[in-house]
Amino acid sequence: MSNPNNVSLNINHDLEFIDGHALTIPTLSILTEEGDIHPSATAPTISKHTALKLYETMRFIRLLDERMQGAQRQGRVSFYMQCLGEEAAVTASAAALDQNDMIMAQYREQAALHYRGFTLDQFMNQMFSNELDLGKGRQMPIHYGSKELNYMTISSPLGTQIPQATGYAYGQKVKHIDAKTGELASTIDNVTICYFGEGAASEGDFHAGLNMAAVHKAPVIFFARNNGYAISTPAEEQFKGDGIASRGVGYGIKTIRVDGSDALAVFAATQKAREIAATQGEPVLIESIAYRLGAHSTSDDPSGYRSKDEEANHKVCPIDKFKKWLIKQDWLNEEDDAKAKEAIREDILAALKRAEKVQKPALEELISDVYDTPIPSLTRQYNDLKAHIKQHPDAYPITAGRIK
Amino acid sequence: MAKMNMLHAINSALDITMNEHPQACIFGEDVGYFGGVFRATSGLQEKYGKHRVFNTPLTEQGILGFANGLAAFGAPALAEIQFADYIFPAFDQIVNESAKFRYRSGNEFNVGNLTVRTPYGGGIAGGLYHSQSPEAYFAHTPGLKIVVPRNPYQAKGLLRASIKDDNPVIFFEPKRLYRASTGEVPEDDYTIELGKAEVVQEGTDITLLAWGAQMEIVENSAKQAHEQGISCEVIDLRSILPWDVETIAKSVTKTGRLVISHEAPITNGFGAEIAATIQQECFLHLESPIMRVCGLDTPYPLALEKEYVPDALKVMAAIKQSMDF
Repeated sequence: MSNPNNVSLNINHDLEFIDGHALTIPTLSILTEEGDIHPSATAPTISKHTALKLYETMRFIRLLDERMQGAQRQGRVSFYMQCLGEEAAVTASAAALDQNDMIMAQYREQAALHYRGFTLDQFMNQMFSNELDLGKGRQMPIHYGSKELNYMTISSPLGTQIPQATGYAYGQKVKHIDAKTGELASTIDNVTICYFGEGAASEGDFHAGLNMAAVHKAPVIFFARNNGYAISTPAEEQFKGDGIASRGVGYGIKTIRVDGSDALAVFAATQKAREIAATQGEPVLIESIAYRLGAHSTSDDPSGYRSKDEEANHKVCPIDKFKKWLIKQDWLNEEDDAKAKEAIREDILAALKRAEKVQKPALEELISDVYDTPIPSLTRQYNDLKAHIKQHPDAYPITAGRIK
Repeated sequence: MAKMNMLHAINSALDITMNEHPQACIFGEDVGYFGGVFRATSGLQEKYGKHRVFNTPLTEQGILGFANGLAAFGAPALAEIQFADYIFPAFDQIVNESAKFRYRSGNEFNVGNLTVRTPYGGGIAGGLYHSQSPEAYFAHTPGLKIVVPRNPYQAKGLLRASIKDDNPVIFFEPKRLYRASTGEVPEDDYTIELGKAEVVQEGTDITLLAWGAQMEIVENSAKQAHEQGISCEVIDLRSILPWDVETIAKSVTKTGRLVISHEAPITNGFGAEIAATIQQECFLHLESPIMRVCGLDTPYPLALEKEYVPDALKVMAAIKQSMDF
């Protein structure tokens, strides 16, 4: 113990520093590239239904990402972020949770949201910021959120969701306090998972959030997606030491590192993490290692900072790897897979065209939700603006014709 | 009714809240067993347990991040920042997160259950890091409510209203008055409506406007002015955001003169917003320019505090200047 109040210090008489790299955390790997289980690994129990849903989600997100990346290049949406290379990490972790567990994501976790049931049209409405967008057209594309699906709305500032996840999880725990004794129940219904990249782990919020979770025993699963790059900054310019996992250990948090391209390893690790959080009421850190095959966002161009050789070294496709395993289970065949892909592509195109045609949110959405009800200054400003638009309808074509 | 100082009144408001909602939590630096640096949370951990009243690690950023999450879950989050000077590490969590939670999500999520309490202001020989009045920084951020009480009765009623309000509220407590200000306070629950100023004293010649600890100063100036035959209308703004334009405009329309006083530096202080709005609302009724008596545009000093603060004498000088214009 390093607590100065604790007399049982581990006394040593040698002047010796512990090397910053002394801790090397292993990486859990279950599935081989050929879709077999490693001889010394144990596959988690996963039902055919869950396994197929997991695969279908990854396949869907890959196709959606491809199409929307294209739509951004055509100028139809202003921005997009794909999760190329990290599909298994995000989807398999979400698949290991309860539907009522809270997901607090960074921005690249659309697969987790789709796994929960966010529909193609809901994705499109958000990206086109039309009046059917749950977020009422206020945030850039990919800032999804859904109360019904327990998926906290994305916030652009990096890492802010990390201490929030600790607080949210603490709420899930406080709910189980016995009013008479003040004691906590031994098992918690629901936990929180918090996704972030290795870049976000440099923010103060990361350290504050992990420390508070450890100290106050919040049932939160921190899921660090270490994908090698924070926009254009490579991991070696982001941190020293043994990745993000070593920090979890430093904060006194149970920690595991997994191969993020291995859906079964991620599933197994998250399932166990959830059990620890729910039954022991404490946080867990999972570091997933899965190379970001694509760009950070459509505003980024990785050809400027990484070589073709490097990209070639990381060509493992997490979707194909899992597909091979599914085929070996006899749960999937190539022919059906190809047909499904074609059908999804058509659906995506149709949904994109539908969302494009839906009108923008009404003018009153400018001032709604700033507060629970508009404060007097907002009402005044809104009335002035409305009168101005009525006088100059041609200058404000999106709203002028619809003002009540 | 019972005689209480401001700390007792705040403690009583927190006690009622903890009793009312089984998931309400009080947290911050040293707020647990110790009861906070000023003892505002004394006795609450014994009463409600360590899971609901607890010390946090020393991380203001973490306290507000945690508070946002807890409030988003639906539990009343009663966060304390030990001194308002130390709220800045939490600035991002307040300005980018608390303030925008509801708006950015289209009301899918909100942190209306969040109340941040923090002692502000000078007068305790605290120097530049224990004396600041940062209300104007937050008043520039849509989505927050900002409240400052002037005495124990106001503190309890406004704090209960802040906690019940379905928006994130920053509640600035005038630390100089924690023990210095005492008065009759109901032991039962009551609230004072947010966003409403209070006319503390009616008058006809000039309006004096302030909030928090500065109210005591302007009330003293009003007494001095009265002795010189000047009738002051004294108003406590109480809520900085949203603020009560109507009550101030009505008063200034009547008196034709306005002096605004606050401890924070004058440039871009909240007095500037009030002056701009009131000159627009009351232009044809004004008999003299709107005056501001505020802190200097310097960090809050230690040795020369008396010179720095906008005291009753400085307010009195402004009253005379306005009357003689």
